[in-house]
Amino acid sequence: MDKEYERVRKKMMNPYLQEVTAMTRRWFIRFRREPISIIFGLTQPVLWLVLFGNMFQNATAIPGVTAPSYIAFMTGGVVVMTVLNSGLAGGIEMLFDKENGFLERLMAAPIKRSALIISRFLFVTVLTGFQALMILGMAFLFGVVPATGWLGVGLILVIGMMLGIGFTAISLALAFSMKGHGGFFSLLGFITLPLIFMSSALVPLQSMPGWLSVIAQLNPMTYAIDAVRGLILTGWHIELVKVLVILAVFDAVCLTWSNRILLRGMR
Amino acid sequence: MDMTPIISAKGLVKRFGKTTAVDGLSLEMYEGEVFGLLGPNGAGKTTTLRMLITLLQPDEGEIVVGGFRVREDAERVRGLIGYIPQERAVDRALTGREHLALFADLYHLPKAEGLGRAAWALEMVGLADRADEVVMNYSGGMKKRLEIACGLIHRPKILFLDEPTLGLDVESRTLIWRHIRELKAEGMTMVMSTNYLDEADQLCDRLAIIDEGKLAALGTPRQLKESLQGDVLSLTPEGADGAGLERLEIALKGLDGVVQIARRDGSLELRVEPSRTIVTRTLDVMNGQGIRLEAIQYTRPSLEKVFIHYTGHQIKDDWV
Repeated sequence: MDKEYERVRKKMMNPYLQEVTAMTRRWFIRFRREPISIIFGLTQPVLWLVLFGNMFQNATAIPGVTAPSYIAFMTGGVVVMTVLNSGLAGGIEMLFDKENGFLERLMAAPIKRSALIISRFLFVTVLTGFQALMILGMAFLFGVVPATGWLGVGLILVIGMMLGIGFTAISLALAFSMKGHGGFFSLLGFITLPLIFMSSALVPLQSMPGWLSVIAQLNPMTYAIDAVRGLILTGWHIELVKVLVILAVFDAVCLTWSNRILLRGMR
Repeated sequence: MDMTPIISAKGLVKRFGKTTAVDGLSLEMYEGEVFGLLGPNGAGKTTTLRMLITLLQPDEGEIVVGGFRVREDAERVRGLIGYIPQERAVDRALTGREHLALFADLYHLPKAEGLGRAAWALEMVGLADRADEVVMNYSGGMKKRLEIACGLIHRPKILFLDEPTLGLDVESRTLIWRHIRELKAEGMTMVMSTNYLDEADQLCDRLAIIDEGKLAALGTPRQLKESLQGDVLSLTPEGADGAGLERLEIALKGLDGVVQIARRDGSLELRVEPSRTIVTRTLDVMNGQGIRLEAIQYTRPSLEKVFIHYTGHQIKDDWV
């Protein structure tokens, strides 16, 4: 009797792993089937890089910008802006699931609620990792060679993913607390552009007016952008440790807050 | 049939803000039966169902499903029940087969078993040939059938159906009813909420009429109809002329269980107390009188009348 049980148990995957794998797989299948997502998700950041980089070419007259080209300066900004967008969009699928009743159907199954959330994080993290790689690849074609080599590229990806986790948490919490999806999208549109301007994405910290500089220093994006920019233009710096700590704190705060909201919304 | 209930709900209360959706409801369901929750929209039957399947926490009350208490062991309960939701809760970007693969994993079936069960389920609901198309191309009836397949993939002991044929065309309705009957024949316990009287009447072994969050009536469809004591036996004697009818009426008036007799277009309508023997006794009287029958009909009150009787209003309000 025991041998039979053991045989069956060996064929069974760890239940939690099975749940997370199945749900993450679902996100990838959906992504693959929506050509628009692929086009927007993967080419938009590249387009931005080229657009912003070339548009502001003559803007290297801005004090503080010492990059060989504005594209090299912009790469950090574009990576982080892409992470911002993908992260904040991370909760959208949950919103739709909630609205059409599919979320309820999923929750009627014996799954751990966290498996659903984790699968979203996994998907968004992998996606943003890809996007960051593509941006760096494109920048490379324009002659941008990261000063820190492949190791630096790896760290850039880590920074991007850490930032992405925080924004995904925010997105999920919003998706669960908003009544309809109109409010969700309005809010997203409302905060995205200001967040970009209130960071060092387009203009370095030193060149900002005093009040803007203060606000930008409260924005985790600023630290991520400066870190990535540094890794591309300058090289290794002890400041990077500070950035990683700041991002870790940002993630912890976002995850705790969003976890509380999600637990209230799902039982 | 085992007399311990497979589902027991005691004193359920659920409030949403100021509204009390479910107000002290207690129910028991037994293994192998099809149990119906009948009531208009807003009556509390969907809320009750969602509490039974662990998706909603009752404010008060205890629920035990399949031996597990819902409050403490929600996960175990979810593993042994199947749920067919009311809306077409499907992912339009996935294929039918991918849905089944997803749920096979969510119910922790080992890979090989999951594949086998998926194939069986698709076959059972007749979607095997369209399984690899995305659900966006499915009709409403097909989506419902896919949901049934997904609900059965893990061999649940109890199946919960929330308004299974709501909004479906006649053909799909017939198909779903057939599936329900087949499942019942295999011994599946089912709890079904519905606001279709014909559905409740034909499919359910027992019904709970729920109105304004409370239990208004409970019984088999037959018991509920009989409780109205409005059975009607309608007789059309051969060659019915005024005199013949009158003779018959007099002869039948004294019959035990006959409450009232009315004459209607050459027939007699007898209001009778529900009885197993009234028809034969009536025929005996007619034979004794040498009267032959052209037509005979015995009707119980409709479930609609039952509903109005116990709740004081119709199941569908026209102007609310």
